[in-house]
Amino acid sequence: MTIDLKQTPFASVPDADGRFGVYGGKYVAETLMSALAELEAVYRKLSVDPAFQKELDEDLAHYVGRPSPLYEAKRWSASIGGARIFLKREDLNHTGAHKVNNTVGQALLAKHMGKPRVIAETGAGQHGVATATIAARLGLKCQVFMGEEDVRRQALNVYRMKLLGAEVLPVTSGSRTLKDAMNEAMRDWVTNVDDTFYIIGTVAGPHPYPMLVRDFQCVIGREARRQALDQTGRLPDALVACVGGGSNAIGLFHPFLADEGVAMYGVEAGGHGIASNQHAAPLTAGTPGVLHGNRTYLMQDADGQIMHTHSVSAGLDYPGVGPEHSWLKDIGRVNYVVANDDEALRAFHTLTRVEGIMPALESSHALAYAEKLAAQMSPEQVIVVNLSGRGDKDIHTVAQIDGIQF
Amino acid sequence: MSRLAGRFQQLAERGRKALIPYMVAGDPALDVTVPLMHAMVRAGADIIELGVPFSDPMSEGPVLQLGHERALANGVSLRTVLQMVSEFRKEDTDTPVLLMGYANPVVHMGYAAFANAAAAAGVDALLTVDIPPEEVAPVNAELQRVGMDNIFLVAPTTPTQRIKRITDIASGFIYYVSLKGVTGAGHLDIEDVAYHLGLIREQSSLPVAVGFGIKDAASARAIAGVADGVVVGSALVDAMACAINAGGDSEKAMAAAISLLAEIRQGIDSVPS
Repeated sequence: MTIDLKQTPFASVPDADGRFGVYGGKYVAETLMSALAELEAVYRKLSVDPAFQKELDEDLAHYVGRPSPLYEAKRWSASIGGARIFLKREDLNHTGAHKVNNTVGQALLAKHMGKPRVIAETGAGQHGVATATIAARLGLKCQVFMGEEDVRRQALNVYRMKLLGAEVLPVTSGSRTLKDAMNEAMRDWVTNVDDTFYIIGTVAGPHPYPMLVRDFQCVIGREARRQALDQTGRLPDALVACVGGGSNAIGLFHPFLADEGVAMYGVEAGGHGIASNQHAAPLTAGTPGVLHGNRTYLMQDADGQIMHTHSVSAGLDYPGVGPEHSWLKDIGRVNYVVANDDEALRAFHTLTRVEGIMPALESSHALAYAEKLAAQMSPEQVIVVNLSGRGDKDIHTVAQIDGIQF
Repeated sequence: MSRLAGRFQQLAERGRKALIPYMVAGDPALDVTVPLMHAMVRAGADIIELGVPFSDPMSEGPVLQLGHERALANGVSLRTVLQMVSEFRKEDTDTPVLLMGYANPVVHMGYAAFANAAAAAGVDALLTVDIPPEEVAPVNAELQRVGMDNIFLVAPTTPTQRIKRITDIASGFIYYVSLKGVTGAGHLDIEDVAYHLGLIREQSSLPVAVGFGIKDAASARAIAGVADGVVVGSALVDAMACAINAGGDSEKAMAAAISLLAEIRQGIDSVPS
């Protein structure tokens, strides 16, 4: 039953130049090239170092709280009347989302490289919180760049980061969201490259980030694969995960890529609908280009300028996507679909009321699509949905939409 | 010989250092750029560096970020920038024009289409901040086909063995980034710049211009003492923005930039050759 991923084409990406097919690469200013080379060399050495792996595994077990459960949402599945839906409970991780899997790993790299300061970009604030958390634990100085618009709509996470000792720097350029936070983090890194480690939160950015963030997030799919076999005696028929930059999706999908019978659905943010042009769905409605260090699908205009995006969830509000997803789209291994704001909000309420689990608005996009998919499948079939984060941080957003004032 | 190489050769023969002013095309207003280019040449510019505005200018400091935002608000695209160069070429066929920008607008137009259009407009060279040697082969092939130079950055963090990799594929001149940071930063270290220029010159006979952090006659003079060319950008863009913010019109903005540029020219020329 076990297929060794190393024997498949999926293990050969990225290549030595950091490319996934024609995507990926290292499109950054010369000042950063040596820092990227150093990071790659350190990562390649440590990733095969048993002592480093042991340290990482222990952190994941005892600090993050892994493995996260694979929970069968029986009542929700029954209400839909189709496939059995299992939720990979990344919301139960320390700090409440999958983001910490990666920050624990990158912070260990920072420690081994002797960098006293870490920086991060954040959209919804989950990656910022996960970075601030691990920085507090390791005694690293931490500054987090966050678009002014996101600072406003994710006030709770801003305060969490401050409590953890991080400094949150509001970004006022451009669209004042995640992409602008990433621009500003890059500007900081280019200025402070000697003493600073840039903890990128998703599988985007220049090589080696899309590779190493994927590797750190693959713990999700490795566990889910084992848990599905243990709990159902077989592999799932379908995997569903939301895609902003795409780190939770690649983490779930990657260990299953060679399992031909497992269908995969990456759910992008449809915002007000693809036809409205107010969305964040580059794989569904964008074209290839270059942004933030890699070649990938982007939302861009006829002149190659990056377009403003819209999603009710700050964590999906990004005009690009990790380059490996672009490649998986082109080779047809993963289906990329959308869920709109209103569908995600309905799924948020449904899961909360039917299963007593309050999902993040990002994860709610995956749930919304899973509901449609399950309805077309039979009760013997199994869907695994990545419940990538918990919804506490979104309560203000949901309340506001429902017209409730605190 | 390219117009750029020819210009550096003339300057070397006359013992003069190149002054390379930068402006964002279409900032502060669409109709300012071409007259400003001509005025800069009259004020002593040897090469014009025209910024192609981009929505996500990751290497720019606050001053040039605002310049890019203003230009985009004025509706400037890569096509508009090429039209401006065509317009400039009606009266000036001698001054080399270098486009500086980011990968995506060029990628989106297509390397071949860009090379054809840029060469037809009279553009001499391209500098894309985020296309390092590792990614440059396909764009370089197109630029070489139409006889355009590709300008590469060398940074303080570039390892010695990597400098040769860059100089081997560079033409026109080498652009040395004087500091670790974004455009307009203010911590220039002349001794450190001189040391790195020495490393570059061990590998290449191409002229070396220095940019980032040069803001007035004094810093330009110091750089001209060690480099073949001086790039000034943020200071000029800021001078124009300040004039506009003080209630001035486009004429006032141009006058402010030209006045600063003339001072910088004097500073450079005061270096004993």
